[in-house]
Amino acid sequence: MNQLPRIVLTGIGLTCPLGNDLPTYREALLAGKSGVSLFPVRNMGEQPAGVCDFDQTKYQKRKEIRVGTRAGSIAIYCANEAILSAGLNLDETDSSRIGIYLGITEHGNVETETEVCQLFDHYNEEVKYWTHHHNPRTVANNPAGEITVNLGLTGPHYTIGAACAAGNAGIIQGVQQLRLGECDFALAGGVSESIRAYGIFAGFKSQGALAAHEDPGKASRPFDKDRNGIVVSEGGCIYILERLDDAQKRGAEIIAEVAGYRINSDGTDYVLPNPERQEECMRQALANANMCPEDIDLVSTHATSTPQGDEQECKAVRNVFGESGNTLVNNTKSFIGHSMGAAGAIELAGNIPSFKDGIAHATINVDNLDPACALPGLVTGKPVQKSGGIKVILNNSFGMLGINSVLILKKFDA
Amino acid sequence: MDKEKVKQIVLDIIAEIAPDEDLNDVKSDIRLRDQLDLDSMDFLDIVMELRKQHGIDVPEAEYRQLESLDSCANYLLPKFEAGAAA
Repeated sequence: MNQLPRIVLTGIGLTCPLGNDLPTYREALLAGKSGVSLFPVRNMGEQPAGVCDFDQTKYQKRKEIRVGTRAGSIAIYCANEAILSAGLNLDETDSSRIGIYLGITEHGNVETETEVCQLFDHYNEEVKYWTHHHNPRTVANNPAGEITVNLGLTGPHYTIGAACAAGNAGIIQGVQQLRLGECDFALAGGVSESIRAYGIFAGFKSQGALAAHEDPGKASRPFDKDRNGIVVSEGGCIYILERLDDAQKRGAEIIAEVAGYRINSDGTDYVLPNPERQEECMRQALANANMCPEDIDLVSTHATSTPQGDEQECKAVRNVFGESGNTLVNNTKSFIGHSMGAAGAIELAGNIPSFKDGIAHATINVDNLDPACALPGLVTGKPVQKSGGIKVILNNSFGMLGINSVLILKKFDA
Repeated sequence: MDKEKVKQIVLDIIAEIAPDEDLNDVKSDIRLRDQLDLDSMDFLDIVMELRKQHGIDVPEAEYRQLESLDSCANYLLPKFEAGAAA
């Protein structure tokens, strides 16, 4: 890794249930405020969910919004915000050297489900009423491709299907493509529109993994004894990544540096996590970063508030960091639910300001800590100011079919 | 039903599918594509909305009949009248 070009983050664009820019989101995290609300889901009534309220017309014409997808709109919003944040002037940039790599858990469920329901509800299942927009809306590259159309970018674009490990996987793909010289700027991260497909909610419910609570703000409660499932959320987060020397040449403000990463597979089950492989993934990411567990100041956990998943991840985290003595642990899904393919990227973003303020945001809704989740260094209830500051974050993001991704980010030190 | 009403129906559909366009000064005798930002996918949307909202099918070979408001009115009026009589 030492011989490879150093990769840095120089821009962040995001929308999540707690805000449409990083300062607003971070303020809400430090204030301990939940972003989960009730959302009407077809055939299932109101469900706790994480909903975004960004202004779609800020970067899109109304016709683009009508023709495209929600995931496309989220991606376009995040990409434009990231470019602004990075101080990148597209008029002076070779657009063929900008690559787009977006993680997705799934794509096309929303559009297909909507079309099928309309056909059944209003058109007697006659396929002549099926929209010609269906295929461009549901091709797997759609959210990334919509960015290229919106901004006139001509470099490579595609999505990375990696279940709920996708947010990290998108960033990792961007790092790799920069190191290969395939692009000079990577727009990398993850997006999700999953709250608009009832099948996602119904699938989790049938699996016994959908959160239920009379107070939606309390529904996502990783590590709490009474946790009962996932709160599905939408959102997106896209970073501008560059090779360090390029970023320095153009005088970019460097937000953080990618220190290491790893993606591996459980090879064991469609749904159930495998703590041994999660542990292995974290250890291999540490090795990739030339770090030891004590070097990690903050672990941002994946925990989704399911009874089994949280316990399994805690087992893996305890095995790696139990003796560290330096490592704090938190969880962002307790605030915003599970933003699926965007989760890894959004959760990392919420922790990045800790490089400046040295504060680890809390895990909220832990009213009754599950002893199986009582990790050393677990931050619950209120944020913690870490003595010595926060210089390195390890970000976990795991997904179905046993895909694990770990990304390590460090405070930039020239 | 008369030609002016048909033109208004088509304009109402265009307002839905091209919501950024100013439709206050659309010339009836000029091709819609020459005065509005409409592409081939948008014309497919016009065809689909005529089908969904008014039960009128426009065969692919006859899409060109929709190129201006005048040609729309000439082509669609008998279809609206036939639908009303049915």
